[in-house]
Amino acid sequence: MYRTALRNVLAHKGRLLMTALAVMLGTAFVAGTMVFSDTAGQAMRNSYSKSYTDVSVQITDRAAGSHASAREKSEKAPGTLTDATVKELAALPGTAKARGVVAGFTGVADRKGNLIGQAWSARGTNFVPDASGVDPRYPMADGRGPKAAGEIALDQATAKTGGYHVGDTVRIAGNGPAVDAKLTGVFTTDDPEVTSGSSLTLLDTASAQKMLLAPGQYSSIVLTAKAGTSETELLNQATPKLPGGNQFDAETGKQLTDEQTRMIADSTSGMKTMLLVFAGISLFVGIFIIANTFTMLIAQRTKELALLRAVGAGRSQVTKSVLAEALVIGVTASLAGLLAGVGIGAGMQAVIAALNPSMPTGPLVLAPATVVTGLTVGVLVTVLSAVLPAVRASRIAPVAAMSSGDQPATQKSLVIRNVIGSLITGGGIALILGGAAAGKSGREMIEAGAPITMIGIFILLPLLSRPVIALVGPVLGKLFGTPGKLARQNAVRNPRRTAATAAALTIGLTLVSALTVLGASVNDAVGKAVTNSMRADYDVAMATRDQLAPELVTAVAKAPGVTAASAVSNVYWDLDGRTRAIQGFDAASFDQLIAVTMNGGSTQALKQGQILVNDELAASAHLSVGSTLKVTYPDETTGSLTVGGVFQRSEMLSPVVMANADIAKHEPDGSISEILVKGTDGATSGLKQAIKDATGSNPVIEVKSKQDMKDEFSRIITFALNLMYGLLAMSVLVAVLGVINTLAMSVFERKREIGMLRAIGLDRRGIKRMVRLESVVISVFGALIGVGLGCFVAWAANRTLAPDLKGLTTVIPYGQLLLFLALAGLVGMIAALWPARRASRLDILDSIKTD
Amino acid sequence: MTTTTAWPAPTGLAAARATGLNKVYGDGETRVVALDDVSVVFPQGEFTAIMGPSGSGKSTLMHCMAGLDTVSSGSAMIGDTELVGLKDKQLTKLRRDKIGFVFQAFNLLPTLTALENITLPMDIAGRKVDQAWLDRVVDTVGLSGRLSHRPSQLSGGQQQRVACARALASKPEIIFADEPTGNLDSRSGAEILSFLRNSVRELGQTVVMVTHDPVAASYADRVVFLADGRIVDELTAPTADAVLDRMRRFDAKGRTS
Repeated sequence: MYRTALRNVLAHKGRLLMTALAVMLGTAFVAGTMVFSDTAGQAMRNSYSKSYTDVSVQITDRAAGSHASAREKSEKAPGTLTDATVKELAALPGTAKARGVVAGFTGVADRKGNLIGQAWSARGTNFVPDASGVDPRYPMADGRGPKAAGEIALDQATAKTGGYHVGDTVRIAGNGPAVDAKLTGVFTTDDPEVTSGSSLTLLDTASAQKMLLAPGQYSSIVLTAKAGTSETELLNQATPKLPGGNQFDAETGKQLTDEQTRMIADSTSGMKTMLLVFAGISLFVGIFIIANTFTMLIAQRTKELALLRAVGAGRSQVTKSVLAEALVIGVTASLAGLLAGVGIGAGMQAVIAALNPSMPTGPLVLAPATVVTGLTVGVLVTVLSAVLPAVRASRIAPVAAMSSGDQPATQKSLVIRNVIGSLITGGGIALILGGAAAGKSGREMIEAGAPITMIGIFILLPLLSRPVIALVGPVLGKLFGTPGKLARQNAVRNPRRTAATAAALTIGLTLVSALTVLGASVNDAVGKAVTNSMRADYDVAMATRDQLAPELVTAVAKAPGVTAASAVSNVYWDLDGRTRAIQGFDAASFDQLIAVTMNGGSTQALKQGQILVNDELAASAHLSVGSTLKVTYPDETTGSLTVGGVFQRSEMLSPVVMANADIAKHEPDGSISEILVKGTDGATSGLKQAIKDATGSNPVIEVKSKQDMKDEFSRIITFALNLMYGLLAMSVLVAVLGVINTLAMSVFERKREIGMLRAIGLDRRGIKRMVRLESVVISVFGALIGVGLGCFVAWAANRTLAPDLKGLTTVIPYGQLLLFLALAGLVGMIAALWPARRASRLDILDSIKTD
Repeated sequence: MTTTTAWPAPTGLAAARATGLNKVYGDGETRVVALDDVSVVFPQGEFTAIMGPSGSGKSTLMHCMAGLDTVSSGSAMIGDTELVGLKDKQLTKLRRDKIGFVFQAFNLLPTLTALENITLPMDIAGRKVDQAWLDRVVDTVGLSGRLSHRPSQLSGGQQQRVACARALASKPEIIFADEPTGNLDSRSGAEILSFLRNSVRELGQTVVMVTHDPVAASYADRVVFLADGRIVDELTAPTADAVLDRMRRFDAKGRTS
């Protein structure tokens, strides 16, 4: 029997190819997703990781530098890390070496003035030469390290990108105006952040302090322990020497490494989960295709198997022979799929890198788990998919071998299937609707309901195929004549097969359209929020989202054409015992720059030193106009604040708003996140240029109009969507294969009909068109169901998001959804190329004679 | 190779004609001559049966004449159109417009109703259906009450009647029937044969039928006998006995030689 199985595999190369291809693609998809996920994870890890090789203990001032958050600044104590601290720590008995480190955002401009690399990964630090003038961390490939003000060194990749050589003048910028510096050296480093694409600028310590922090201040101090002193001992020695205040972290190298590992795991886990969901989907699609293929293979071989039974093979022998065949195919195809998966992983990375250069890149990672999972999945799925067809094969009556002519397709009733499908779908929809009604807390219900509904819909697809395809029937007949009419009828001839074929596209399209509708809706809501709450013409902010240097505010306000400008400062103060985010604006220009709807009181209250609160806070803290709040300022003094107005919640504003002047009284160096600007003539390119000039042409400072802000946000959404589309394209690829399979099978079964049609005068083009249209109809049917389901899920999800995002309504981007349907049609068209060609080339006489 | 019986018929009245038709399969050792210099005329308005033992080339002759198969040499004409040398596209158009087919295995589309199957050739051609003619054809084959049925709801005989109606509906110049009664019981077979004969007598149709059944052949106006790829004899106004008798002589010859 096993020899028979093996012979079968080899004897039918065409069928073998289709099945193997299906298994291969399924496995490749899973393996590809895992390879991509591991690779991207590794690259991300590298880009986040700092090398802690020479670090025994590190003391960090969290509140120092432009990276510090507003909250950290608000909560800091007055102490800082200075040269004195470094000296004191160096003098500890366990310290071999102490190094003061200055670190912060430093952008490098190319010759056109644009930033090299991505703003979030552009870093600068101080060059700390040892006695011989060399910093072992940064060996110079060319030139020497920076020694004096106005000198810098760049990492090799950045210098190459900018086309800079030693001796050139390079424009660099921190969070203030840009400055020109002389490039004295180009260095190499194995710092993983740099190797994964960050730019790194070295400055002499004094200049670094001046530009990135404050003169004489360090952001951290790194201690290297003497031999024989453990990290913990050194930590214990160092801790009492630290200045007072809770903004200092003292950690051992081991703690830092552990913490980093945890942080990376956290930050990549979201992505990993997402990719695993996709792998799961691909697996699901793969199972569908493989099972479908096997069912068709068995159907095609009824006679042959019946002959085996007739000459005396037992039922279990037939079952085993089919399973053995599946095993052979499974193992071979999974191996091939694994290889293809590595390729797909590489391809995905290339595509994503091309779409978004800020994604960290790195070498491909093929983890053992990928190999094991890929192979197990491929083999197991193939064998499991073959079980049902194998059992069915064993039930073929020996007499089937004798009967000639058509095998009347014994269409088992779909009643039971439809009942089960309706129940599951109904349950899923009920969960989704329940979730939508529950609002914010309904998310879990929707997350559970969506896959349940999808499974239900899959079971119901055969039932749905007839009415849905009947809808397009008249159009097909009108547009394409007889071939169109025949195609429509062929598409509903075997509802199970049509459903199984369309299912892969349904999955893909459900996800794609749900995400698209969600994206469009959120985009719309944010757009509305920007338009409705901002009166300013321009918003000036760092691309890094770091804080802006205070001197920029005055510079921008003085720019020609500016009528009003206000810094937006952010502090975290203790109000009535709870830390609250407070946003500061200039009281005089508030009404010119910000649009708010007041429920009570007036924005004028800002001028009297009063605060404004939003309606939500007012409700939860029982505040109204005239209420007072006890405040504890960061300078440890206390006072009270009066509510001068209550405004409707806005995405752009913190719950508490007060005047900048009042904030400065208690926290003079509060974090400035942006500057809002109103121009005499509105948003003009002249004004934009004037503001840019005022910021010293710093490439990292962005001047954005309302439209720019909306565009920027839609770009973020578009990128996220593109990523999804890329992954889903894989499931479409598998779907194509399924369609090819079905069509090839149909063409094989309807050989005689095709021969007859040719004999009575349908030309080759007509036959091709008939097969192609059938394929298009099936594909569009699958897509249509997917789009419908996707929109429904997106609507439900929007309902749960609405409490968090004001003004969120479901926006259906009809154009895009139509495009998806058109693409699905194209997919059908492409899938039909080969089967249609085959059908049109059938020999008429051979086909008619077929028994 | 000598020319066998040439049928002397007036050119103007030929619905189809073969002249010196040769069909050879394979090469060298495996060379099989299916048609050996066949010349035959199928006059308009006549019901001709082609008979012969299996392997005699009768089906091949029909396929070549109907533009379903290519010929090795010679000429095959439908009306005044020469088939030899026509491209696939032209042949398709010719079959669509000038030829009707009735197959042994009915070959109806299971997805279409009886009526849709009947009008299929015209639908493909994009021609308007001649309603009066269609009514007459449907009436003649006796399908009036079953036009909206699908083939699976019809008996074999009914299905074959649908197939005949399909062949007739587009008023082709000639109908080729390939063993039309092969899959039918004798009663249904007789119905189909009378129907074919009536379509010749009453509707003026030209029918060429391939069969190995002497009874079926007896419905024809004329029987052409083929053996080893050559036309060896013919009978006009045949009876079943005369055809059977003629066929027996093939068997006797086959056994003695």
